[in-house]
Amino acid sequence: MSTTNFSLTLHVWRQRGPAERGHMEVFERADVSPDQSFLEMLDDLNEELVRAGKEPIAFEHDCREGICGCCGLMVNGRAHGGERGTTLCQVHMRSFSPGSHLYVEPWRARAFPILRDLVVDRAAFDRIQQAGGYISVNTGQAPEAGSIPVPKPRADQAMDAAACIGCGACVAACKNASAMLFVGARVSHFVLLPQGEVERARRALAMVEAADRAGFGNCTNEGECSAACPKQIEMPHMARMFREYLRAALTESTRVRKDGGA
Amino acid sequence: MKLDARVPAGPIEEKWDKHRFALKLINPANKRKYTVIVVGTGLAGASAAASLGELGYRVKNFCIQDSARRAHSIAAQGGINAAKNYTNDGDSVWRLFYDTVKGGDYRAREANVYRLAQLSNHIIDQCVAQGVPFAREYGGLLANRSFGGAQVSRTFYARGQTGQQLLLGAYSALMRQVHAGKVELETRREMLDLVVEGGRAVGIVARNLVTGALERHAADAVVLATGGYSRVYYLSTNAMNCAVSAAWACHKRGAGFANPCFTQIHPTCIPVHGDRQSKLTLMSESLRNDGRVWVPRKPGDPRPAKDIPAAERLYYLEERYPSFGNLVPRDVASRAAKKVCDEGLGVGKTKLAVYLDFADAIQRDGRDKIEEKYGNLFQMYEKINAEDPYQVPMRIFPAVHYTMGGLWVDYDLMSTVPGLFVLGEANFSDHGANRLGASALMQGLADGYFVIPYTLGGYLAQLPRARVDVEHGAFAEAEQGIRAKIDRVMKVKGKQTCDQIHKKLGLLLWNKCGMGRNAARLGEALQEIPRLREEFWHDVTVPGRADDLNQQLEKTLRVADFLEFAELLVRDALERVESCGGHFREESQTEDNEARRDDERFAHAAVWEHQGEGKPPLRHQEELTFEHVKPSQRSYK
Repeated sequence: MSTTNFSLTLHVWRQRGPAERGHMEVFERADVSPDQSFLEMLDDLNEELVRAGKEPIAFEHDCREGICGCCGLMVNGRAHGGERGTTLCQVHMRSFSPGSHLYVEPWRARAFPILRDLVVDRAAFDRIQQAGGYISVNTGQAPEAGSIPVPKPRADQAMDAAACIGCGACVAACKNASAMLFVGARVSHFVLLPQGEVERARRALAMVEAADRAGFGNCTNEGECSAACPKQIEMPHMARMFREYLRAALTESTRVRKDGGA
Repeated sequence: MKLDARVPAGPIEEKWDKHRFALKLINPANKRKYTVIVVGTGLAGASAAASLGELGYRVKNFCIQDSARRAHSIAAQGGINAAKNYTNDGDSVWRLFYDTVKGGDYRAREANVYRLAQLSNHIIDQCVAQGVPFAREYGGLLANRSFGGAQVSRTFYARGQTGQQLLLGAYSALMRQVHAGKVELETRREMLDLVVEGGRAVGIVARNLVTGALERHAADAVVLATGGYSRVYYLSTNAMNCAVSAAWACHKRGAGFANPCFTQIHPTCIPVHGDRQSKLTLMSESLRNDGRVWVPRKPGDPRPAKDIPAAERLYYLEERYPSFGNLVPRDVASRAAKKVCDEGLGVGKTKLAVYLDFADAIQRDGRDKIEEKYGNLFQMYEKINAEDPYQVPMRIFPAVHYTMGGLWVDYDLMSTVPGLFVLGEANFSDHGANRLGASALMQGLADGYFVIPYTLGGYLAQLPRARVDVEHGAFAEAEQGIRAKIDRVMKVKGKQTCDQIHKKLGLLLWNKCGMGRNAARLGEALQEIPRLREEFWHDVTVPGRADDLNQQLEKTLRVADFLEFAELLVRDALERVESCGGHFREESQTEDNEARRDDERFAHAAVWEHQGEGKPPLRHQEELTFEHVKPSQRSYK
């Protein structure tokens, strides 16, 4: 761990648009502060590029507190830089060695087309949510909040699943570019709660099918997704989703299946 | 500008019910004939868009991020208040109302706050039904905690990410309406102007952030839910893309801006590490329950904290406020920290920090107990600072966090531009001069789920049926204005980035219009801001093209608006010669240097009217009357 400012070499993916060829561009960086976050290090580079009249590196970021899910890049082939349970905005430069070479790339998945440089289009996640990632309750229809007790362990498990920030690291880390950890987290969150019980079959079918349609791959149980997840969503949530899907596929009539979402 | 809050007559408990009955209704079959634009997908925007979609309106919902789930509401950690009284400890709608008016230092509108307290319980019901995984007790019922110094336990929470979970609830309801074809979601769009025709809001002009194209969108009403303006200070706890631009565009089109100087500064943030920092991180103020705040008595004391004996430590909060000690409210704690740092007693590399020390608590309760309570916060601190707070005291410093000021709205949440409604942090109405902890989420969702669905109908029902479409000259004029502004900024081709100028603006505001303010420094700021604006328009540079994905252009346009808005903020601060809520006006203090509010002269909301470029804005007043909560001076001695 370095405590004084240091130098390193960045290799950054540059690509003008979805249909254009990309390439790696090399930037020598001096005076990197160990207290900076990774994104602040990129900010510094971009400031220099802009002052030199060059286009800065496009990347997404917003809250910089590890909760909004905007940021996410591959650093040396590891989603969010590989620090356990941490989004890239919370990775600090002190975790890299002076003089190292860092290869910075966008999420790589067919379902996440590249818009510019390190910015990808993650609208496919929204489409999966639209297919069934909700409980069908209109504003005003809700019963008294205390009327349905939920066993604490189940509520805690639901919260574990709900912690997913939708960043897409799971997809990027998976050799199949599968979104099953993401879908598993959403399905698990709802099915663990009594409020989500009513629509469990339709939801599981619709969300899994929407993931297929979006072009995500299937799961082959490598576990890379969970290892890369900044919120440490665990594999059992995915297993629960597979059980839900199987149960629904075997027991539900074609009518329910055809209806998809709500 | 006419300010009519249109607060319904009658006893405060009955106002909202009676008003809902008085509002005109729209036949269910006719609702689909109305188009409503909702800008923003945070708690207020997403809940409004979903609820209006459910009612049958055609809704167009805009956000700047790639997904509606990313709005900055997600960053709220602590919780959401409601007057459920599940803990049987004396809470009620009346008490939540009372606490919120008092906590706001008597600068909020009573009728709005009462309605907020009434609606708080419905919010919890709605969120639970949507599957929000609130914390529960072993019996399976909902858990509550006391938060932000409240005397009752009325805060509902979902681990450290209540905002995220509430937003996912609203977002899932919104996704359901998108699936049903009721809401059209326009992501990666930034509203750049409001279109006003015939004296009412009829649409917006937005920039497609992927293609750079300017797009016109017409509607029968526009609902603005675009959050606060803390980033005018450059460093704040707000997300990087938070901006004042949409609200500022509305202001220039005739919407009054109320109390822009009411900003909230949170005492327990991780301090600034250097001049290359992009933002500040908040830690829950619950830390002050066990941590002791101190600085060395000797300026610049070089010894590590643990080597400084107790006698040489200044526990300034405990000394000054013996009865509340480290638990004084946010504003008092923040001001005191800045004061000791200004006196040269700050700690750390930058000397802009004070210690928050857990050594005594660890010795008293054991490390396990402290870890159980604050483990995740200690971890976060260590990750950012590379220091173990179990071994060495944390360093903290205040940071701008929330803005109570915003566009003026009446009881129906309509601005001074008919047809423009403003919800959530973007409006001004409910928190007065200081917001209580766990109240922001409550207000955003109350506005979106339970107020706008009624009041919007009342407005639309009396609207003439002639629609203004996007070919109208008003749209062309707005689009041309935006195009000219973008061209102008692209053509400067100077030497500085927008961030360089934004940092100067931020530092200027922090030093001259921060927590402690006086007329001399505010006057200086009023001189310096136009000079900075001048510098911007002569020396900023934006590479790339305007008709393209260009993040630098997005940022630069936002900074241009901050540079205009900052002047209004300072002007408002200068006119308000009283210490109130978050800020201390040096000319208005008691004999023992505590804040002195001036109800004689300032029991009003100051509402600013734009008069055109280069002309000073006009200041109007909405007088505030307190029939139910009698104003008193706060004292924490």
